[in-house]
Amino acid sequence: MNGILINYEYCTGCHSCEVACKKRLGLPEGEFGIRLTETGPWEYAGKSGEDRWEWSWVPVLTKACDLCADRTDAGKMPMCVQHCQAWCMYHGEVGELARKMDGETRWALLTPRLAR
Amino acid sequence: MADYQEFLDTIDRAAYHEGEWQWEEDGYTVTRTYNYSAPGCHDSCGILAYTKDNKLVKVEGDPLDPCTNGKLCMRCLNLPEATNYPDRLKYPMKRKREDRGNVDAFERISWDEALDIIEDWIKTNIDEAGLGRESIMVNHGTGRNINYQVPFLGGACLRTSNVGAIGFSGYSCYLPRVCGTAAPMGDFPIVDASMGHPDRYNNPEWVHPDVLVVWGCEPLRSNADGYIGHWLVQCVQMGTKIISIDPILTWWGARATHWLDLRPGTDLCIALAWLYVITQEDLIDHEFVDCWCAYYDELKTYLATPSENNDGLGYTPEWASRVTGVDEETIVASARMYANAPRGAIQWGLPFDTQVDSMHACLAVSDLMAVCGNIDRPGTNLLVRNAFEINPGYATASMYADPEAAAKKCTYKTLQQLQGKEPKAEPFIGMADCDAMCYAMETQQPYPMKMLWVQGSNTYTCNGLDTARIYRNIMNFEFIVVADPYMTPTAAAFADILLPLKMSIERDSMRVWWQPLRAMKAVTTFGECKSDEEIIVWLGNRLNPELFSKRWPDIDHFIQDYLDTGFNLINEDGSGLKTAGRNKAGADVVADAHTEFYRKHGGTGTFMDLVQQGGYEYDEFNDEYEKYAKGMLRSDGTPGFATPSGRIELISPTFQAWGIDPWPKHYESVAQSMWTTDEEYRKEYPFTIINGNRSYEFFHSENRQQKTMREFHPVPYVQVSKQTAEEYGLAEGEWIWIENHVGRCKQCVKINPALQPHYIVAEHGWWFPEGDGNAPSLFGSFDCNINNLTYSFETGEGGIGAPYKSIVGRIYKVKDGDTLPSVQILEKGGFREIPPCGVS
Repeated sequence: MNGILINYEYCTGCHSCEVACKKRLGLPEGEFGIRLTETGPWEYAGKSGEDRWEWSWVPVLTKACDLCADRTDAGKMPMCVQHCQAWCMYHGEVGELARKMDGETRWALLTPRLAR
Repeated sequence: MADYQEFLDTIDRAAYHEGEWQWEEDGYTVTRTYNYSAPGCHDSCGILAYTKDNKLVKVEGDPLDPCTNGKLCMRCLNLPEATNYPDRLKYPMKRKREDRGNVDAFERISWDEALDIIEDWIKTNIDEAGLGRESIMVNHGTGRNINYQVPFLGGACLRTSNVGAIGFSGYSCYLPRVCGTAAPMGDFPIVDASMGHPDRYNNPEWVHPDVLVVWGCEPLRSNADGYIGHWLVQCVQMGTKIISIDPILTWWGARATHWLDLRPGTDLCIALAWLYVITQEDLIDHEFVDCWCAYYDELKTYLATPSENNDGLGYTPEWASRVTGVDEETIVASARMYANAPRGAIQWGLPFDTQVDSMHACLAVSDLMAVCGNIDRPGTNLLVRNAFEINPGYATASMYADPEAAAKKCTYKTLQQLQGKEPKAEPFIGMADCDAMCYAMETQQPYPMKMLWVQGSNTYTCNGLDTARIYRNIMNFEFIVVADPYMTPTAAAFADILLPLKMSIERDSMRVWWQPLRAMKAVTTFGECKSDEEIIVWLGNRLNPELFSKRWPDIDHFIQDYLDTGFNLINEDGSGLKTAGRNKAGADVVADAHTEFYRKHGGTGTFMDLVQQGGYEYDEFNDEYEKYAKGMLRSDGTPGFATPSGRIELISPTFQAWGIDPWPKHYESVAQSMWTTDEEYRKEYPFTIINGNRSYEFFHSENRQQKTMREFHPVPYVQVSKQTAEEYGLAEGEWIWIENHVGRCKQCVKINPALQPHYIVAEHGWWFPEGDGNAPSLFGSFDCNINNLTYSFETGEGGIGAPYKSIVGRIYKVKDGDTLPSVQILEKGGFREIPPCGVS
């Protein structure tokens, strides 16, 4: 099974995945194939340096996502992965993708509903 | 990413048609090219443009492009919506002067008729009236690939060198950083994220910075100054640690080892205190300082010497802490972290240009890079030049203007003379001085201002200080030509002649702004729109036929000349005047005024060659490190920097020649000085307002007509702290007035839990293309305009740096029935009596 791996430690919330996807799927206002969620900012009491602030984004694959099947069949990347400015998204077989999850930084492995 | 080779290995190159620049795919024609996001930005990313029946249908990033590797921002991804916007200007129009502000009064005309009207007007009202061409002012914006085109049009076509931006006091964008580094180090330093190399992150010499200082900017949103902010995220993925110096928490601050949330306008104090720590603790790069820097001992002594400027404390962390509000320990620890990094790099932003001690802040940061040896080495601040020395810019205005008009250009010296002050120096800046032009507009001294040409600028809606004042001043021009892709508030308010411009995707054009040289190939046409280059050729051949018929009789000659001479003044034997690019101001007499591109290709390289080879070419100059040691920076070929002494001058004699104190000193705007010392004033204006906060959706005042952008960002947001929200009873989504002695505007509340209580953060450039274009509304361009609260005629030494980002004000809730700023300004006499000329 294929999925999308996100090293969300580095997601910047730039919206490129959302617009890239929306344009390919031709979705109207209010509908998305991938949608960013934002967490924070908040300050952790008593923490300093890199651990002081929480402010993270993770995109969610919606029911509209088909992992860009026509594109990947043609050898291309899914739109979200290709355009991710933070370069923190990967597409592939989930077992292989999972091997990148190293515990050093934060990751999320997403698999959309593919059967219709 | 982190593993660039893995990325390259996994791309199916055939699927992306490697080696082809244009092909057919699923019924579309696909073109591999570069594009400025619609209509403009500072960058040109590699795209694949899908067209059908002369219409742009979709856009993708090009994963085979080494410059941006297929990544695109949301604006470029939405390019078809911007390009195919139904209300774009399609043909030239005219309108009677008395109908200004009425968008329904425009009448379609031909390009020929527009040219006749413009030529006749200039002939009758300028030339035959005995005035010089200096009575014509040219106003430009930024980005959108106009940085040389509009000054060039001013000089070569209209023959004036009064080219600038109305109400843009203090040259407050980029010029201070350019001049503030050109003086001490002779070139411009940018963070080395491998962008100088065609093999990018794989380059064997390149190493990521160990410490990155992100200072006064959010490069991810602004992508300013030809620099892609997300390049730096790749560095962080590879291990770069972060120091953030910014009153606003950014992506960088939330991930930083140290976040220094200083008071706006006090950046120089942090820089001086860092220098104090680094020199006192001897954390400098001794070899680099010994071999390549001048005046180190003088700098060290100066920093430790108590003076009035440092409250008798020396430029110590204790002093800086008092002024900036950042605690002393953090200042010391962050200084050590930068200095001790094997490779440190500083990404600096607009606030360096928007404070009154701007030039000194730039000098101090140059000194930091220098004493730590973080110059032109891998993973530090790289010294860059425009690829192939293709350098057209502001200098072209003065080069090609009528010599008498050029001699009368409005400069800072002009302003000082008009104000009865003794000028300290001769002018050294290409752009005309905006306060001097404002003075001329208001007093008709030293000569009348009669005609205005605005191309790709939204004037009072965007960057112009004191909207009410500059709206009045612009309206006083007798004849105004506006050229733009859209019906902007500026076009609606002022245009007597309105010319439709092509978008980037419809233009044959090229760019450098560092590396690489990139071709932008037109893939569609729209109505009767002309490109900026086509307008130059159209106008120049009529108004300046002697020059144009020889050099630029048609668009092909013009485009080729960009590659061959970069529009340098050139004689038949090849000698001429060469524009100096961004490493210094002005132009030099040279034996060969051709570009490096011309020399490299023996004069045979063409625009279409560049397009067909994939659209880009890297210049070897920017691919090299330690150019100072290799004799690559000085025109005489000797090792060293392009400064008078050949060394980086830590105390700047060039500043002195420019009439600026060579020793860095901190001083603040009148408003900030009062805000910090006068309790009554602070009661009246409890907030420092940080202006011009950037967002992913918009480039300055652009993109507001795109529904997709507005879905993400429907209205202007003003950020307030949690404490302020509680104190004023504000909820997210509520509208508040932001007000001071100059005027007021309204924006929509967003609560920022990381903001200090006495700051608010406002957006700029808002108008509402869906609204009424007629006056007084003018697309709502006054109502949310933060520049209703800013003012002209306050700048730093040398006339450089205006306090855009550290004004003061109060807030209160918007109530039903409140008078809109548009009505107040256009129908009720404004917020205040506009002060006499020269007064803020």
